[in-house]
Amino acid sequence: MSAHDDHTPAVIEEPIANPGLPEHLPRPTDVDEAAAKRAERQVATLFGLSSVFAVLFCVAYFTLNIGDDPTVFLGLGASTVGLGACLGAALMCIGIGAIQWSRKLMSDHEIVEYRHPAASSEEDRAEAVASLMTGIEDSGIGRRPLVRNSLLGAMGFLGLPAIVALRDLGPLPGDKLAHTVWKKGMQVVQDVDGARIKPSDMEVGQLVNAEPAVFFPEGDQEAEYEGTALLQAKAKAAVILVRMNPDDLRNKRSANWGVEGILCFSKICTHVGCPISLWEQQTHHLLCPCHQSTFDLADAGKVVFGPAGRHLPQLPLAVDEEGYLIATSDFHEPVGPSYWERG
Amino acid sequence: MSTAANTNGTTPAAAAKPNPAAAVATWADERLGIATATKKQIRKVFPDHWSFMLGEIALWSFVILLLTGVFLTLWFKPSMGEVVYNGSYDQLRGIPMSEAYESTLHISFDVRAGLLMRQMHHWAAMLFIAAMLVHMMRVFLTGAFRKPRELNWVIGGVLILLGILEGFAGYSLPDDLLSGTGLRIADGLVKATPVLGSYMSFFMFGGEFPGDVIIPRLYIAHVLLIPGLLLALIAAHMLLLVYHKHTQWPGPGRTEENVVGYPMMPVYAAKAGGFFFIVFGTVALMGGLMTINPVWRFGPYNPSEVTAGSQPDWYMGIAEGLLRIMPGWETHIFGITLSWNIFLPGQVAPIALLMVVLAYPFIEQWVTGDKREHHLLQRPRNAPTRTAFLAAMISVYGLLWAAGGNDILATQFHLDLNTITYFMRGAIFVIPPLVFILTKRWCISLQRHDNDMLLHGYESGVIMRDAVGGYSEKHLPLSPDHAYTLTARERDEVYAGISGPDANGVPAKKLKLDGLRAKASQAWFATNVQKPTVEELEEGHHHAELEHEHDAPLEGHAADGHQFDGRHDVADESLRPSH
Amino acid sequence: MRLLTRKISARLSARRRSRFAAPAVLIVGLLASGGLYAALAPANADNSTDDAATIAKGRALFAVSCSSCHGLNAEGILTEKGGNYGPSLIGVGAAAVDFQVGTGRMPMAQPGSQAARKRPVFNDDEVAALAAYVASLGPGPAIPTKAETDTSDLSNEEMVQGGEFFRTNCTACHNFAGKGGALPKGKQAPPLTGVSAKHLIEAMLTGPQQMPVFSDGVLSMKDKREIVAYLKKNEDSPDYGGFSLGGIGPVSEGMFAWLVGIGGLVGAGIWITSQTARIKKKGNAA
Repeated sequence: MSAHDDHTPAVIEEPIANPGLPEHLPRPTDVDEAAAKRAERQVATLFGLSSVFAVLFCVAYFTLNIGDDPTVFLGLGASTVGLGACLGAALMCIGIGAIQWSRKLMSDHEIVEYRHPAASSEEDRAEAVASLMTGIEDSGIGRRPLVRNSLLGAMGFLGLPAIVALRDLGPLPGDKLAHTVWKKGMQVVQDVDGARIKPSDMEVGQLVNAEPAVFFPEGDQEAEYEGTALLQAKAKAAVILVRMNPDDLRNKRSANWGVEGILCFSKICTHVGCPISLWEQQTHHLLCPCHQSTFDLADAGKVVFGPAGRHLPQLPLAVDEEGYLIATSDFHEPVGPSYWERG
Repeated sequence: MSTAANTNGTTPAAAAKPNPAAAVATWADERLGIATATKKQIRKVFPDHWSFMLGEIALWSFVILLLTGVFLTLWFKPSMGEVVYNGSYDQLRGIPMSEAYESTLHISFDVRAGLLMRQMHHWAAMLFIAAMLVHMMRVFLTGAFRKPRELNWVIGGVLILLGILEGFAGYSLPDDLLSGTGLRIADGLVKATPVLGSYMSFFMFGGEFPGDVIIPRLYIAHVLLIPGLLLALIAAHMLLLVYHKHTQWPGPGRTEENVVGYPMMPVYAAKAGGFFFIVFGTVALMGGLMTINPVWRFGPYNPSEVTAGSQPDWYMGIAEGLLRIMPGWETHIFGITLSWNIFLPGQVAPIALLMVVLAYPFIEQWVTGDKREHHLLQRPRNAPTRTAFLAAMISVYGLLWAAGGNDILATQFHLDLNTITYFMRGAIFVIPPLVFILTKRWCISLQRHDNDMLLHGYESGVIMRDAVGGYSEKHLPLSPDHAYTLTARERDEVYAGISGPDANGVPAKKLKLDGLRAKASQAWFATNVQKPTVEELEEGHHHAELEHEHDAPLEGHAADGHQFDGRHDVADESLRPSH
Repeated sequence: MRLLTRKISARLSARRRSRFAAPAVLIVGLLASGGLYAALAPANADNSTDDAATIAKGRALFAVSCSSCHGLNAEGILTEKGGNYGPSLIGVGAAAVDFQVGTGRMPMAQPGSQAARKRPVFNDDEVAALAAYVASLGPGPAIPTKAETDTSDLSNEEMVQGGEFFRTNCTACHNFAGKGGALPKGKQAPPLTGVSAKHLIEAMLTGPQQMPVFSDGVLSMKDKREIVAYLKKNEDSPDYGGFSLGGIGPVSEGMFAWLVGIGGLVGAGIWITSQTARIKKKGNAA
């Protein structure tokens, strides 16, 4: 093997010698003028059909409605289907026609072309290397290490501006990930409409997707969180309320954080942060639809299955003077996915 | 019709008298001097084989992506600013949402052909990456990555990586519930980075997730940065293809020193151009008839909502599968958190996979010690270890892919979600080795079968009965072309390593590495079946002649059975009908 | 009062562990049914005989078709391990019966992790009779009235709000297009397409099987109707982008990209590079 280093392996023509290119056989269209004419007509028909479909595309564009009152065809949006079918057919006809043309009518003689090794010739390479060496020699880079090293150093330091200039991509995290907008006395309200919740409103087996009341300003109140700030706050503060039979709760501390079997857990999965609300009322298991981490809400949100590494944080609940559910504090630990300095 | 198209005969097409095309060429050459550069390229030869078309699917999908993508940019607004939807889609009217999502709805419902273009863009993206992958598998299986094409393999690997990143960025742009969930998972993955996680997350999103800058940032990556890199690398990929000339399958007249096929102009141009229109047409039909990513159903992104069936596009399937089957390992020590459950599948595994892919040609070269140029392709069976490795990798890919859709499998096939996950946790370690062993044995038995055919001929299907009543199947010799094609491969040599007196004076470390290489070479080649030698072939032919003599009394008789019942005249019938 | 009893009965119908639970439920059930009967029986002849006849018919049907699992008096049957063989139906209300029997989930073909939707075994009258009987055992959610299930009076804005409720409360299990999703241990959230408004509302009211309850106290009847309006609007809308491919998200899309896209294009590639017909012997051709 080493004998052929850097060269094409040539000796594979054993034990049987290469018989050489097979004889060329003509196609019907090569020898029969009628067949060739037929192929020509076939190709031209395909190209012609393509033009027809292109025109049909324009017809569909102007006749099929979209918007408020879309044209419907077999329960499908007629515009998209019609435009797609016409465009697809127009393109297909050109493609099939061109290929038929090449298969039936263009010359089908195989041509032989010779390869050259990827490498340049020895002389060229020697010349190039010599030129390179002359250039390097001229620069004196080998003889003057001070110039070389200081240049390398300067190039290295140019990396600093490149990195530093990106500093303002975003603020530093600080302890923002450790807190949410929940605080003592904040009402737990239903998501979407902000309805306040009394314990008696909830039945055993009930699930409420809830949010802190601060997201739902009352009356003319100025909204405290809007737009991006609202989404950022929601991304950490979303919770679920579930009501279980108090006898089913297996963790005392967790049960004490609830009201009459109503417990409140973070809705943000501790794996990579999907909101979870897939709760089975009989098994009390909460499943994340993204990666199937499963938490047992009757057992303080313990992980019972899947890739999550930590239990689901629980929000301690109480009831205010009006009888509505409130939080007694923020979460006692960061919600959502883990990060290095989380502890 | 031009002259070239009319030369439909037995001589290759050749430009005859000066004509308009030649005049244009002259005009251009007088200004650009392109004749020297293109004179050899115009009739450049491309070999024909279906597996050489796979890369073309990727190339044409990319062109379609550029075309449809430009259309979409005319309306898409890459902004996370909040607006209230007032478009045609009743189910979302009046809801506050980001401008990105609002403009996506506008394209889908209030721009004619907008939904078609969106769907074509998405289908083309799926095909782009899928075609790159099957193209890569073809190159891998046939050994087309070997010298001098290693660098083109590396470029291809980077292209796939960029294609996947480009796809993920595009998937995230509409800012619907599904893409927002995807971004949130990406945020979780980033946060799991040791030491820097939360900082990287805050820099990426310009603050806390979701922030208001990620969509514009992804947009500029999606329409400028990554497509620019893709274009440059695709150009390099193609230039190297032209420079190296295409590989070809061995066969009569095809050698390491030549390339046999059809000229670029006109045959290949027509075939490639025609294929472009077929790919384009297929994408248009898919875009028109098959719903993809119905963003209006997902609703705007809301960090407190999620939907069942939250999956990424298929090319992220293996990362998704790994994330799903990983056990929940997390270390809390010295006040820090190390999330193995996210860090390993989400960051270490994809990088490791990419490294293996990029390094493969060099690893194989080191093991085989083969530093020669190769232009003839190998049949997958003739590189059993490599073929088996790919089969095992495909099984890993398939298993993880299935694991990434475990909830869909559970609902569609009425299976138990948890059982699927437990099964996958074991299967990922058990099935690939099994696949490796089975594929390797399968390749080797196919090699044996080739040798059998060379030595004893192919099975003709004609059953012979001899004088003592024994039955045997008649074997007929292969055609010379076929026989040559089967033997047109190299003999494998197992590297024995430096030993005996040669080993003296070699540093111990180098010797150890050498021993490893010898072992790897042993594992790589030792069980392969080599093609017969000249002597073996002669013996085989001699044996066949003996058999022929033995059968001679029966030769020339049709062998459908009735010849032997003694009641028919079979004098004029031949053994096989003539043709 | 109504809320309180509902709470107690709901609590009773949840999984029990106490060995005294069954007898206790039996006694409560007997008292309740007896009491109800006593309260209803002597009343106004016309209506009550009608009602009483319906309940009696329901009781008969119940004894034949349901009692083997739920007990002769719907008090429930416990397994040896203390789990529920068939839960008590006292206080589950007519809505639960109408949902479970009306969608064919009950009677179950065999005990299993989940009762699947199938062709209803009973006709509408029989379902009504069963519902009336079970409702007579203890107060629970009633079958929604025609007015409550009719969503035609809701404005577009209200339907849109229903969509918001749907995405917040329902999509996590039932998927964005209401096509259903997977639950742990082989259970599934069923598809919501093709389900009547009445059954949708009943499911939210009663929380069948693993589904949580969405009581009127929090998610009001109007909210529920908005959700139904959103679902029905989706069902009435065309598939704007062509065939829906199952509406289960990127997994099926990926499958079609490979099968239709790559499959079809590789087929085209094979055709493009295949040999065309040849004339084998030149002599014959001329």
